[in-house]
This record gives sequence, structure tokens and C-alpha cells, in this order.
Amino acid sequence: MSNIPEELKYTKDHEWVKQEDSNIFAVGITDHAQEALGDLVFVELPETECDFSYGQVCSVVESVKAASDIYIPLSGKIIEINNLLVESPELVNQDPYGDGWLFKLEASSLVELDDLLDRDSYSELLD
Amino acid sequence: MVNFGGWHMPLSYDSQIEEHHSVRKCCGIFDISHMGIVDLVGTKTKKFLRNLLANDIKKLDSSDGRYHALYSCMLNTEGGILDDLIIYRLREDHYRLVLNAGTFTKDLKWIEDNILNGIDIDVRKDLSILAIQGPDAEMQLGNYLNCKSELNSLSSFTAIDIEDVFISRTGYTGEDGFEVILPNDSAMKMWNGLNSHGVRSCGLGSRDTLRLEAGLCLYGQDMDETVSPFESALDWTLDFNSHRGFIGKEALENKLKIGISQKLVGVVLEGKGVLRSGYNVYTDEGEGTITSGSFSPSMGCSIGLARIPKRSPLKGQVNIRSEKKNIFFVKPPFVRGGKIKLDIKDYLLGD
Repeated sequence: MSNIPEELKYTKDHEWVKQEDSNIFAVGITDHAQEALGDLVFVELPETECDFSYGQVCSVVESVKAASDIYIPLSGKIIEINNLLVESPELVNQDPYGDGWLFKLEASSLVELDDLLDRDSYSELLD
Repeated sequence: MVNFGGWHMPLSYDSQIEEHHSVRKCCGIFDISHMGIVDLVGTKTKKFLRNLLANDIKKLDSSDGRYHALYSCMLNTEGGILDDLIIYRLREDHYRLVLNAGTFTKDLKWIEDNILNGIDIDVRKDLSILAIQGPDAEMQLGNYLNCKSELNSLSSFTAIDIEDVFISRTGYTGEDGFEVILPNDSAMKMWNGLNSHGVRSCGLGSRDTLRLEAGLCLYGQDMDETVSPFESALDWTLDFNSHRGFIGKEALENKLKIGISQKLVGVVLEGKGVLRSGYNVYTDEGEGTITSGSFSPSMGCSIGLARIPKRSPLKGQVNIRSEKKNIFFVKPPFVRGGKIKLDIKDYLLGD
């Protein structure tokens, strides 16, 4: 059974979103996603200052098994990326909700936040 | 868990990359019981197999009290590869074939269709196969079966019986190791016993990255019925010596006369990304295809095998997710006996 923290929001594409400040959000992939992908070998992160609108592909995580697109969960600007993942993509497997975060974004509006799933809804999706 | 040739098998038990490193550095164990074992018994067996297989089983004749093993392709009449297999000579009139799971039913029919009178075909569903691979394999298996000296003197591609356990010094990882054929009842016990001595369980995922680093072909991916051994870097398994006829020989000789247009080579990807089976390859001499691709845990970059035009230069490009990336064509193996055989820097800093 994979770990789904209560305090986070989720997307149907198995990403998690954590509100860090009023409009600042950290994004990563869920425990279920990292387990399904297996050992990650490359993480291709977006450029900081880049703007993306909801649903655009902004990163790629690649495991021994497969490559998987990461969609931006909220429209906005990338403000920080997790540079540790360049050398150590395995952090995503080891600590998907902590050291394995992918990037932080500044959301352009909070309206899309309502479309994200809470713990229970995401959990249902996995059943 | 994945479906592999009709068998429900684990890709990995834990981290696939850790499983891979265990085999390169110490020892890992694989359950390869999905592979099919067929014993052929009868006085005409040798004659039959010399015709059935593209390599010559006459090489297995010996008087040293050991069983000898041979790798061979089984071809159709057009010279296409029906399967690649290992064959053991158990007695003058008794041979054992180990066949791929995905082709097993087809192989069996082919054997039945071509069989000579008086040969018994015995499908050994009562037996399992475990592969114990890595530099510590001899020590671990020797301790477990209390047969250290027997294993120590067992050379590559030979096999012995220790009671009802058949042990051959063969494998699919590029490391030293053994493939052990034993009764189904005993397999679980050996698995657990070796596990408890620190031999790591390894799944299909690491089996694939290990064989790819070793430059070994996977049936169904790197070769199939539509290609011959010439286009699959398996020329070395063909035996044209003597006047022996074998199924596919004539077609192969014709191919040689016309000329072979493609070859199977190793590929190293420059930069990030992972080569995958089916990606298009572009060279100055024409297009090709990645037949196997993955990430090499030992080298820290992506490697693969590709079928490309015979005269291709040493460099080309591959299309990864609609982006062209540089690749280098190399001669496998990439990794053998725990050591990287290619200096990647030679390629990546070459110009």
C-alpha cells in the first residue's frame, strides 16, 4: 500500500502539490508513481522563470523501465528546481514527498487548486 | 509483475539497479523456470540435432566425464531464427535443450514436425531452473550444496550432476555463474537457502540490463524469424565446417552470395535520455532501429543494440521523443566480469 500524506493535494497523473506559501507550490510525484516507474535514472527539469499553463508537459522522469511526462498541475511560473536530482535521481524513489521534490511554482491563479484531488479522492483512484 | 512468454514474473523484487549491482559485485539469484526444458532420447538423436541446429553438436562429444553445453540458433528453412538455445549432451543418445518461454510452443511443434523415428521427446515440466550469477556465485553455491571443489574445477560451458541437481557454468549476465536445473520441489528451498546467505533475489529487469551490458541478444527483440544470424551478430554460432547439412543452411549460403545488408551493433547514447526498443536510428548509410535499449547501471548512461546498414559509420542519431540525439556504434560487450569494456570518454569526447 503506497503512502499518501493527508496534507498534500494530488493530480490524476500521480503528482503531488504542496502549498508552501499563499501562491507558492512544491510539486513531485507520488509514492505510487515512483514505485510503478521503478528506479529513476534521469530527471529532466524545467527552466526556472518559464511559464506553463495547466496541463502542459514541463518535465520528464525516466526510469530503467519507461519515460513519463510531468504535467504542470497549476498554471504559473517555475521559480525553483531541485538541482540535486540531476546527480541523484534516486532521491525521487527514496523520498518522493521530501528530498525527491521536482520543482516549485508560483501559481498565476488559485482557481485551479479546486480541481486537485485530496487524499481520499487520490486514494480511490489507486484502487 | 509482468507477463513474460505467458509466465507471470517479477520485474524486480526491490530496486532493479541494486539487483543489477549485486550481480556485478557479489551474487544474485534468478528464477528462470519459465524457460522450457526438453530432453531428447534415442539412438538417432545426435543425427537429428546435427540437422536441426545451426551450430554443430559434434563439438559436445567428449570423454572427460563432464556434460558439455553449446549455444545455437534453430533456424527455419529461410535461415530466419526460430529460437536461440542452449543444448547439453547428457549421454551419447540423450541431449537436453533449454528453450525460450515465448517460443516454446512453436519450438516444440517444429521439433515434432522434424523428428526422426525412435526419438522420445520429453518435456521436463518437473524441473525448475535457477541462475546464480556473480563473482561470488561459486563460493555461495559451493557452500550451499557442499560441492566447492566440484564447482571450482567446472569450466565454462560444462555441467555436472550432484545427486538430482544439474549444474552448468553458464549464464546470461556477463559474469561468472551457474544455471542450476533441479526438481520443482527443491527449487524453493535452494532459493530461500541462498537468500538467507545474502544472495539477492533478482527479477527480469536486472536480467535485461545485465544481458544488455554483456552484449547478449534477447529473442523476440534483437532477433526473430524475420532475420538471420548474420544480421544478429550471431555468425559465430554458425558451423559451416564439414559437409553437414542443417535446416536453413542453404538459405544462409544464398544470403552470403547476395550479400548481407544489415548488422547488429552496440549503441551508446550521448547525454541524457534512455534508448528504447523500436526507436528509429539515422546514419549516413540509411536508417536502422534500436532493438534493445535501456539504462546501463554500470556505465551510468543509456546503451542498446541496433540493427543498422552494414556500412554505417561509427556515429549516428536516434529519435527520442521527437528530439534527435547523437549515438555511437560500438562492438559489444559493454561490460563483462565486473569491468566496463568500453571507454565511453573515447566516444563522447572523440570530437
